[in-house]
Amino acid sequence: MRSVRACAPMLALALAATACSTVGESSGSEEPGDGATPTEVVLVTHESFALPKKLVRQFEEQTGYDLVVRASGDAGVLTNKLVLTQDNPLGDVAFGVDNTFASRALDEGVFAPYDAPLPEGAEQYRLPGDEENALSPVDNASVCVNVDDTWFADQDLAVPTSLDDLVDPAYEDLFVTPGAATSSPGMAFLLATIGAYGEDGWQDYWASLMDNGTQLTDGWSDAYQVDFTQGGGKGDRPIVLSYDSSPAFTIAEDGTSTTSALLDTCFRQVEYAGVLAGAANPEGAEALVDFLLGPDVQAALPESMYVFPVDASVELPQEWAEFAEQPTEPLTVDPEAIAENRDEWLREWSDITSR
Amino acid sequence: MRRLLALAGLAAVPLAVLGVFFVLPVSGMLAEGFWADGTFDPGAVAEVLARPRTQRVIWFTVWSSVLATACALLLGVPAAHLLHRRRFRGRAALRALLLVPFVLPTVVVGVAFRELIGEAGPLGFLGFDGSAGAIVAGLVFFNVAVVIRAVGAAWESLDARPAEAAASLGAGPARVFLTVTLPALRPAIVSAASVVFLFCATAFGVVLTLGGLRYSSVETEIYLLTTNLLDLQAAAALSIVQLLAITALLVVTSRLRAVPDPTLARSTARPPRVARGDWPGVLAVLLVVVLVGLPIAALVSGSLQVGDGWGLDNYRALTTEGSRQALLVPVTQALVTSLRTAVDATWMSLGLGLLVAVVVTRRSRTRTERRARSLLDGLFMLPLGVSAVTLGFGFLITLDEPPLDFRDSLLLVPIAQALVALPLVVRTLAPVLGGIDDRQRQAAASLGAGPLRTFVTVDLPVMWKPLLAAAGFAFAVSLGEFGATSFLARDDNPTMPIVIFHLIGHPGAMNYGMALAASVVLAATTAVVMLLVERLRVPSVGAF
Repeated sequence: MRSVRACAPMLALALAATACSTVGESSGSEEPGDGATPTEVVLVTHESFALPKKLVRQFEEQTGYDLVVRASGDAGVLTNKLVLTQDNPLGDVAFGVDNTFASRALDEGVFAPYDAPLPEGAEQYRLPGDEENALSPVDNASVCVNVDDTWFADQDLAVPTSLDDLVDPAYEDLFVTPGAATSSPGMAFLLATIGAYGEDGWQDYWASLMDNGTQLTDGWSDAYQVDFTQGGGKGDRPIVLSYDSSPAFTIAEDGTSTTSALLDTCFRQVEYAGVLAGAANPEGAEALVDFLLGPDVQAALPESMYVFPVDASVELPQEWAEFAEQPTEPLTVDPEAIAENRDEWLREWSDITSR
Repeated sequence: MRRLLALAGLAAVPLAVLGVFFVLPVSGMLAEGFWADGTFDPGAVAEVLARPRTQRVIWFTVWSSVLATACALLLGVPAAHLLHRRRFRGRAALRALLLVPFVLPTVVVGVAFRELIGEAGPLGFLGFDGSAGAIVAGLVFFNVAVVIRAVGAAWESLDARPAEAAASLGAGPARVFLTVTLPALRPAIVSAASVVFLFCATAFGVVLTLGGLRYSSVETEIYLLTTNLLDLQAAAALSIVQLLAITALLVVTSRLRAVPDPTLARSTARPPRVARGDWPGVLAVLLVVVLVGLPIAALVSGSLQVGDGWGLDNYRALTTEGSRQALLVPVTQALVTSLRTAVDATWMSLGLGLLVAVVVTRRSRTRTERRARSLLDGLFMLPLGVSAVTLGFGFLITLDEPPLDFRDSLLLVPIAQALVALPLVVRTLAPVLGGIDDRQRQAAASLGAGPLRTFVTVDLPVMWKPLLAAAGFAFAVSLGEFGATSFLARDDNPTMPIVIFHLIGHPGAMNYGMALAASVVLAATTAVVMLLVERLRVPSVGAF
């Protein structure tokens, strides 16, 4: 009898387990057999991907395909996944490979050529060196140094305006940035300094930057949310590395933004979409790339993914139009040079910053 | 021969799972590194090991993990005594609270720690931010619960009479502890220490966030090499180092763990109240409460901040999809996904863990048999010591063809989490199972009980509490797991840590507040589940 009673709670647990489990549910996606008409399009992307459900339904109604989204990791993880699985691709379309990683994916032959018609004004965002137009630019966001204007007004200190100002002793111990090795905006900032000071000059600049008390963090959220004076945690550094769109998120009660982006310190990140070589559903893949470039998705980009559309004719949300100014001449580095030197640059950067 | 067959039969299921979901993916990634461009090139891998940077990274990993493990033991063992051998009000609540760090996503803990010790924080004057000390403190924060729970579970049912006899013969408390209690607890302590060491050595977020990028461990280096640089040769070299180091560690700990006679008398007498002589335990518990409590308090206060005032707005927002629809699903729905995944991961790891624990603790009759059992024991610890990205990428490249086409399976997330929790489950169960006198089973068998009945009447009563402890661990590990989950999670059903990571990674005060509020909800849910699990008692078992 005792043993029966001892078992009862175990049994209850087991029952509870089956009732709450995810295993019993069917995944709902039918695997198309070989030769059958594909019924779904699989989009492989990074974890920041987000589209309103309404738009997903719209795509599914327009094309008759089910849209399956597989999102995980950052742009680097995404690129490397695509490279490692190119013999048996993870899906039909990839979105989110950016201009700092795109060359690696192109060189490895991850993408199939598909020259999608681009919206107005998007031609300027094409990846240099992509002769077959395998990649279509979908959105862009520039990584820029941001400043807390209210802090500088309170301290009666002139707001810094350039990269050179950041090594000025007047701004000692005021700057915080995510590191290049662990963060994608951090890498973009390293590239901005390489674009500004040249492949042989950035090392000295970074040495002075560190001498001037620059703080490095693991990722963007640490720098902005913990250490920046206008971040969620109310830190004590009024200069931070963030995006050109960030001022649209620090609007005070009087309707003005408390921060601004320094437009001479920016590096532009462009995100691309492309049809994967060996896609199971190439027609569906092309339809999805077209859809991402269409006016509805382009208009939804700022609100759902915090990035600017490439379509110049799209109307921006009001705060963006008012406070998020884009750089007209961002600093640039050739994508091929990035692919070739990333390893070397990161190693040098780690040595300089951990001295 | 029949015994060996029976052993193989019991071990077959766990071995198959480990083979498919661990050995295969990891060897796939190692092969990518060794066969660069299609030719076998072990020289390049060896070259990586000779780099000064690699050696620096390995050295840092070793000393920081050893130090953190030692601190976790120094705090955890006395705390386990107070929390499991003494009776006082609020004991259950305290035990549940101490498990909370286990489920908090590292990114949030990093933020909470840095709000305390950062330049602008209340403890900023210590200059702790970005130091190795902060890393060690973070590691202890995460792992002290492992020691308390694993050692506590063994200590709870330890027969107090030998210690009382020693005391009545004139031995002081220190002498009693060193000569009677400690030897009895040694298997559990060594088990806990080896798990904590592995957790520390493979810690990822803590090292980067709290170390201010000045420090790299083997794990962070593999992450950088694999996800950013796609330098698979170097990553393979470091993975080999990890595997060799773990194997060495396992050999050493299995020696240390082995005691001449693991058999222990068990009793579950009602624990006495706290007395003056318990000061080491009280002190340790106070220290642990401060270490665990401060960052959690920082989280709670941050989550209640709305603009310049206080309020519950961040919590109310959790049922929405975030300001500006930053999320595809409301946080409440993510919590449901997390709980359901955790239920799956828990029963998987408990089932596998119980089988493994039974297999490795049964008495061996021959040397081969003993070797086979201890080999199995070590094998199931390996998943703890291998980088999550190695495993994650390995899944993608090896489990992509039928019959092993699991790449898109919904099961992959709970299975990966179960594998992470499995060593903890085994290490919690095995020392207790090993302590059961085999003659009791033989007696039951000779009275006509079948193997199942023997298990239920002999093993289960003693196993009950350790089983609950192990279930708690597995559940908590699953709720908080981020590394493997973020790699595998599908977008339409994200778990809580994934959603929190998403929220904290975007500007806007509301997103930040919601991320903290969601972390508090996750922590509170865990604490409540732990409390409920501890209440699950069987009267007959208690009276055994």
